[in-house]
Amino acid sequence: MIKCKTSKEIGGMGHSKKRKEDARFIQGKGNYVDDIKLPGMLYMDIVRSPYAYAKIKSIDATKALEIPGVIAVVTGKDLEKYNLHWMPTLMSDTQMVLPTDTVMYQSQEVAAVIATDRYVARDGKEAVVVDYEPMKPLMDPFKAMDEEAPVLRPDKEGKTDNHIWHWEVGDKEKTADIFNSADVVVKQQMHIPRIHVASIETCGCVAAYDKVENHLTMYMTTQAPHAIRTVIALVAGHVGLTEEKIRVISPDIGGGFGGKVPVYPGYVIAIAVSFLTGAPIKWIEDRSENLQADSFARDYHITAEMAGTSDGKIQATRFKVLADHGYTDASANPSKFPTGLFSIGTGSYDYGAAYMEADAVYTNKPPGGVAYRCSFRVTEAVHAIERMTDMFAKKVGKDPAQLRMENFIKKEQFPWASPTGWSYDSGDYHAGLKLAMDTVGYDELRKEQLELRKEGKLMGIGISTFTEVVGAGPAKDFDILGIKMFDSAEIRVHPTGKAIARFGTKSQGQGHETTYAQIIAEELGIPMEHIQIEEGDTDTAPYGLGTYASRSTPTAGAAAAMAARKLRDKAKKIAAHLMEVSEQDLEWEPGKFFVKGAPEKSKTIQEIVFAAYTNHPEGMEGGFEATHYYDPPNLTFPSGAYICIVDVDPDTCDIKVRRFVAIDDCGNIINPMIVQGQVHGGLTQGIAPAMYEELIYDEAGNILNGTFMDYLVPTAVESPSWETGHTVTPAPHHPIGAKGVGESPTVGAPPAIVNAIVDAVHHLGIDHLEIPVTPFKLYKALKAKGYFGDNA
Amino acid sequence: MIAENFNYDAPSTLEEAIALLHQYGDDAKILAGGHSLVPMMKLRFASPTHLIDINNIPGLSYIKEEDGLLKIGAMTKEVEVEESEIIKNKYHIFGDATKLIADPQVRNFGTLGGNLAHGDAANDHPAVMFALGASVEITGNQGKRTVPIDEFFHGFYMTAVQHGEVLTEIQIPAASGNYGSAYHKAERKVGDYATAGVAAMVQIGADGRCTKVGIGLTNVNSVPMRASRSEEALLGSDLSEAVINQAAQYASEDCNPSADLRGDEDYKRHLVKVITKRMLNLAISRAKNQG
Repeated sequence: MIKCKTSKEIGGMGHSKKRKEDARFIQGKGNYVDDIKLPGMLYMDIVRSPYAYAKIKSIDATKALEIPGVIAVVTGKDLEKYNLHWMPTLMSDTQMVLPTDTVMYQSQEVAAVIATDRYVARDGKEAVVVDYEPMKPLMDPFKAMDEEAPVLRPDKEGKTDNHIWHWEVGDKEKTADIFNSADVVVKQQMHIPRIHVASIETCGCVAAYDKVENHLTMYMTTQAPHAIRTVIALVAGHVGLTEEKIRVISPDIGGGFGGKVPVYPGYVIAIAVSFLTGAPIKWIEDRSENLQADSFARDYHITAEMAGTSDGKIQATRFKVLADHGYTDASANPSKFPTGLFSIGTGSYDYGAAYMEADAVYTNKPPGGVAYRCSFRVTEAVHAIERMTDMFAKKVGKDPAQLRMENFIKKEQFPWASPTGWSYDSGDYHAGLKLAMDTVGYDELRKEQLELRKEGKLMGIGISTFTEVVGAGPAKDFDILGIKMFDSAEIRVHPTGKAIARFGTKSQGQGHETTYAQIIAEELGIPMEHIQIEEGDTDTAPYGLGTYASRSTPTAGAAAAMAARKLRDKAKKIAAHLMEVSEQDLEWEPGKFFVKGAPEKSKTIQEIVFAAYTNHPEGMEGGFEATHYYDPPNLTFPSGAYICIVDVDPDTCDIKVRRFVAIDDCGNIINPMIVQGQVHGGLTQGIAPAMYEELIYDEAGNILNGTFMDYLVPTAVESPSWETGHTVTPAPHHPIGAKGVGESPTVGAPPAIVNAIVDAVHHLGIDHLEIPVTPFKLYKALKAKGYFGDNA
Repeated sequence: MIAENFNYDAPSTLEEAIALLHQYGDDAKILAGGHSLVPMMKLRFASPTHLIDINNIPGLSYIKEEDGLLKIGAMTKEVEVEESEIIKNKYHIFGDATKLIADPQVRNFGTLGGNLAHGDAANDHPAVMFALGASVEITGNQGKRTVPIDEFFHGFYMTAVQHGEVLTEIQIPAASGNYGSAYHKAERKVGDYATAGVAAMVQIGADGRCTKVGIGLTNVNSVPMRASRSEEALLGSDLSEAVINQAAQYASEDCNPSADLRGDEDYKRHLVKVITKRMLNLAISRAKNQG
């Protein structure tokens, strides 16, 4: 049970308060970008390329412009006149807004149709005739690295190959020495496939430029409104749109998961057209456009190796990555981290040597590399280390739970310096795994597995004990386009003791309106119901870098606590003034200051706040407001121990997740119900790449599953009844000891599932299966081992 | 849905609907549940200029046993099939099949007639109809005609329903004696089209021999198909394991699956074999509990 310091009425940390935002969502009263309607608004649809790589010979808009209601057809040549046909990516690469001569991936934007009506815009799009000269695309990232491979980005000055960047970390020589002399080495090539966030709301915007005021209001689906405002100012400053003339409003967001961090060409085109016409322009993607053109996630080809002793002690790991970034590096990583935080891949284990390297490459696939519910490439890293740990355990013949227990970093070893340079703040990995094993009944299940095997039945048990790294991040290392990754909170308490607080982050379903209110309630004792939370309007909220990478609680949540503490200090001074005692004589309990030894002499926070406006001490500033910009001293390191049980149909190869136990340690918990909800959602998005999702392209560059008919997003039917629990190891450096939780389950679940499936069929000769593990894939693997005999 | 422009009519009699079909010609489409047609219109794969909504026509939705037939009105919704007492008691195959069709929202709208008239080998009811030996009643301005299911499917999205006609009723020889039926499809996730699906019906005589049998296959041929050789092997047999295995083997050999994201030809044949075996065994066990 979580101990709460505040009463239920105050509703501070640890209370399972119902979500304040849900009243409007469950009544269909949310306000999303597509709900925005402005007078004179025009609608935009986008012509997209059917080819992965082609020259554009001509674009003929005659027929489209003949359709009543079609106002304009905008091409790259039109934008070129204003130098708006290119834009930078968040990784300082470049990306076409609209092409002037070449398309680089299927579904790339080719032209925009502007019309008086959404339906007419679509009709216009169908009527635009584009003459292409198709070229042979480069789809295989390994082939793209060949010296003879055609250069895809001659637009980049001096570019003579398709290599984007090289990255490495760790001690290469020391690691090699250990590998050369190790008893046991396991090695596996694995692909973490290209997937898509597929949030329920697609991307879109309403760009509303006011010619008279020279002012742009941009309603858009963004997880980082402030950063976007700065980016727009950097891109469009040369046409007179400077930052004070730009207001970005991110209304309710229907899921982001990293896919709403980047700037997509559609946004820029809408702004350009609004700028030129003075009319508000609405652009809302349809599902296929979202899936086919917006930023992908993952797509890492990893060669992973682990070295250890024959009795099961891990000694070193070595990962080599080829990162397929598609047409441009449009990741959303902190600037100094091209592979994100992949270097967390030494995992939860105590060993001294690791070396990791990565190379990124251009191909004719859509750009991206977003952190899909994952703190920058941590999912890829965790998959590699957790698969290798299992393979190592199988190789040395040790139970994978036992092997993990023997290799974990011990509780007393924290803060722990990882061989790739991290300082893990805290953790208790043994306790987490023990709780998971007790919850699932591990030993009994192992016995059952042996019994079932005798009957020819296939059952597997898989474990993942991962360490996450979130809360980017400390200003000394973390920035995006040079802007440090702090985040902010501003609290204003009104004379009657009710408050409004504003943040630089942006909830997309995480429940910030509830959890931030609870943090402030915890610190100030004002009931959380009386604290209004606002985010997403750059004119009103303090600057911040937004919500992704599980950073909101570690950064903005901390900022809320720090701002509230400033106010509590002020409250103490006012209370001392009101009760005519010295500050040293006062003690705080949630909601009031009282005189030590005389608890009947007290002032409530509400009385104190009222006095701040009516009767504050001489020389003190009036009012009761505070702002804090929180620069975290370190990242936070949530962890988890997950155990998955699968049953495999030995004839059809259907895979059923029988049970899934998830023990998370996200430090102190703000709202247990919201944490549980986050874990449920994250686990479902973990089962997705493990068993269902992958964006598949053929050699000609066509996407083969560009709709929800074939891109298989799991539903409640595919989800087992999740069993969740937690251990609590507070982050020692964080004001409220919280670590962040949104992404742990997405990161930790896939290897637990795959380890379970491999465990079910390992005795049949299978050491590894690539995700997503589908029944078809498993059938082929088993058939190759002769499991079905010669005749299927 | 951002479809092309279309006109919409909602006649209240069948005669009126048929007259409209004649009036508008090839550009008109019947709108029943809409769950196959509307997604195609959304993607602009289909752009009919006239939709004739037959949901307001009374008398096209029913489930009844009459004249030795189970009669199902073409506009009967999947959910009504799922909940029908007649069907729950005697025709288990529908319970198996409907719960595998998409999701409850779709089943609240999708109709049995629409599922057949769409002419898609990936739909589930065609195989069920083969197994049950159904006929389809089609109404045009010359009156009604009845077409056996074996003659109903002419090609990809093409059926015996001609221009100016409406599918109005499904007729299935009523269950009698020790009668059992079952359906299953392998699917990648809920709501998916079948990787492979098998519908089976058996009737068992007093001597334990198979007196009636039907097997239909889903999505393993360009048009919905009957596993004829399997049926021949089973009919009159003692339904032993060896015969069932042989029938399953025939079905896997006789289907013509094509490779797609769901699986290659080999995997689909394998599934047909496994599921045929399972569905026959399930139908047999249901038959033994019936009558």
